[in-house]
Amino acid sequence: MQIIVCIKQVPDTAEVRINPETNTLIREGVPSIINPYDVHAIEAALQIREKAGGKVTVITMGPPQAEEALRESIAMGADDVRLISDRLFAGSDTWATSYTLYKAVQKLGADIILCGKQAIDGDTAQVGPALAEYMNIPHISYVRKLEDVTETSIRVQRLMDDGYDVVESPLPVLLTVVKEMNVPRLPSLKGKMAAKKAVIIKMTAEDIGAEEQNIGLRGSPTQVKNIFAPQAKGDRRVLEGTPEQQVDALVAELRRLQCV
Amino acid sequence: MRIVIDAELCTGCEACVNACPFGAMEMKDGKAVINDFCNVCKGCIDVCPVGAISEVADGDEFKPGNDLADYKGVWIFAEQRHGKVAGVAYELLGIGRKLAEERNTTLSAVLFGADDSEAQELIRWGAEKVYHAKDVLFDTFNDEPYSQLMIRLIEQYKPEIVLAGATAIGRSFVPRVAGRIKTGLTADCTQLEIDRETGNLMQIRPAFGGNIMATILCPSYRPQMATVRPRVMKRGEYDASRTGEIIPVNAEGLTCRTRVLASVCEEGTCKINLQDAEIIVSGGRGLGDAKGFELIREVAELVGGVVGSSRAAVDEGWIPYRHQVGQTGKTVCPKIYIACGISGAVQHIVGMSSSDIIIAINKNPDAPIFNVATYGIVGDLYEVLPLLIKKIREARG
Repeated sequence: MQIIVCIKQVPDTAEVRINPETNTLIREGVPSIINPYDVHAIEAALQIREKAGGKVTVITMGPPQAEEALRESIAMGADDVRLISDRLFAGSDTWATSYTLYKAVQKLGADIILCGKQAIDGDTAQVGPALAEYMNIPHISYVRKLEDVTETSIRVQRLMDDGYDVVESPLPVLLTVVKEMNVPRLPSLKGKMAAKKAVIIKMTAEDIGAEEQNIGLRGSPTQVKNIFAPQAKGDRRVLEGTPEQQVDALVAELRRLQCV
Repeated sequence: MRIVIDAELCTGCEACVNACPFGAMEMKDGKAVINDFCNVCKGCIDVCPVGAISEVADGDEFKPGNDLADYKGVWIFAEQRHGKVAGVAYELLGIGRKLAEERNTTLSAVLFGADDSEAQELIRWGAEKVYHAKDVLFDTFNDEPYSQLMIRLIEQYKPEIVLAGATAIGRSFVPRVAGRIKTGLTADCTQLEIDRETGNLMQIRPAFGGNIMATILCPSYRPQMATVRPRVMKRGEYDASRTGEIIPVNAEGLTCRTRVLASVCEEGTCKINLQDAEIIVSGGRGLGDAKGFELIREVAELVGGVVGSSRAAVDEGWIPYRHQVGQTGKTVCPKIYIACGISGAVQHIVGMSSSDIIIAINKNPDAPIFNVATYGIVGDLYEVLPLLIKKIREARG
């Protein structure tokens, strides 16, 4: 069984702060991490390998620095990794990213592809399903539990807005996973040693046979027009006086607004 | 397209380094240089005080892949679950109406599954046409038939704009549609406008955990597709006498390899439903322990609201995850949001800041929650909440 996990290296947005004076992001000292959902995808892959056997390959598309994320994957227990990196990929939107991953996965071959539900920097959740579309395989989003996996099929629980569905699919299939699915293991000492020694194999646009009109900025239908700081809400009031006076003022306001 | 820095002009002030959300600006020998992380978001251009940063065309701009003028009309995808159209569909008709008027075109809904009465309801909420596919295949949600039929309809009727809810269903199958058609798809938009000059759809969405907003365009491909965050757009006007056209859609020849064996509505999720609540009373770390939620529940019951929480309280194990509001929980938009003992980390604020009225109760006057609060009370919640309960009871007589 060939299992491929697609991961992304992202800035730890939980650490990102806004400079209140300039309204810009303070990125200084913000660490790069494996996208948290992708860590659960790696764990899911390792668990599937334990159940059904096979090989786990973790791939990432990103700049050379993303190699670090792949070493962490090896430390967790991945058998193999690939860095899909090329200057030509710069500026890719979700369309071009899915296409690029498709070309890479096609090269490697996969029975099960796992992705995190979304990346915490872009929060789009679009790359996984689009990748499945190019592969012409089914996908199941928001997987929260693996119920069963065999050589030919998989049964999982899919999180919905009002509960969950039990969904069955033949292989090959792509799954995107949510955090409830598992508790990711910590890297083992042996894994850390392997990660240190590993030679990271790089794949370029040419290696994966990606067509230039479909990658990077040129292959991206969407463009960022601009970015700006979220607007603060107007009409703010900090109430004053003793707690009792403050509560009185609040209740009076709520009555005025006919909320009480 | 790429961003270039004029090294002659660059003063090494590092304004761009701080402004770049992708960490693509570095200092080398006292000058700013761009690394591989650049996403051409142009955030650096305006912050440069000396105008040293600009955008150059490389001749690699997107070439139009289809004839844009052939594409007309605004479509919204009306999702249904267990035969009932989801509320987000009516919100999509609200924003869809505005966009259709600005583009001087028609507004249509697409409905897979459900009965005629639900299609009629979409018309009353503002749809002029409803493309309605009725088939047992749509009794449960499977990505493949949904995306295949949507692709078929788009290729046949060529709408200019296609909107869907940023829900479990919408966010799952719509990326397949955009991928197959080769067009842009913008996720989880919170604002949509038409650019008066070009007629393009300006798709505005939060990124980086809500730390920045980005305006996204899809200038050269059609349709322009977006998923829209639920409970952000206002519903359209309901008119029981409005009439429209229902166009039956043939669902033959669709394939479906996945199979839904069971569809379980979880009691907690359905009952609480934070996203439909008009009033939410939320507790955070400031409660001190799980017992604090008893007080929160009392306030919630009194005002007819539901109980929410910050991530901190969930992580402490004081309350189940399904109550969590914020980036990794639910995004809510109630009439009143009462935050008790919640400091207001960005991740929480992005999930509740569009509430009509925000009331914050916190001991710390510098807590960021007060930056978004309509009314702020600085004080101990264990003193303030019992008072609030008493005063509301008094006010009601």
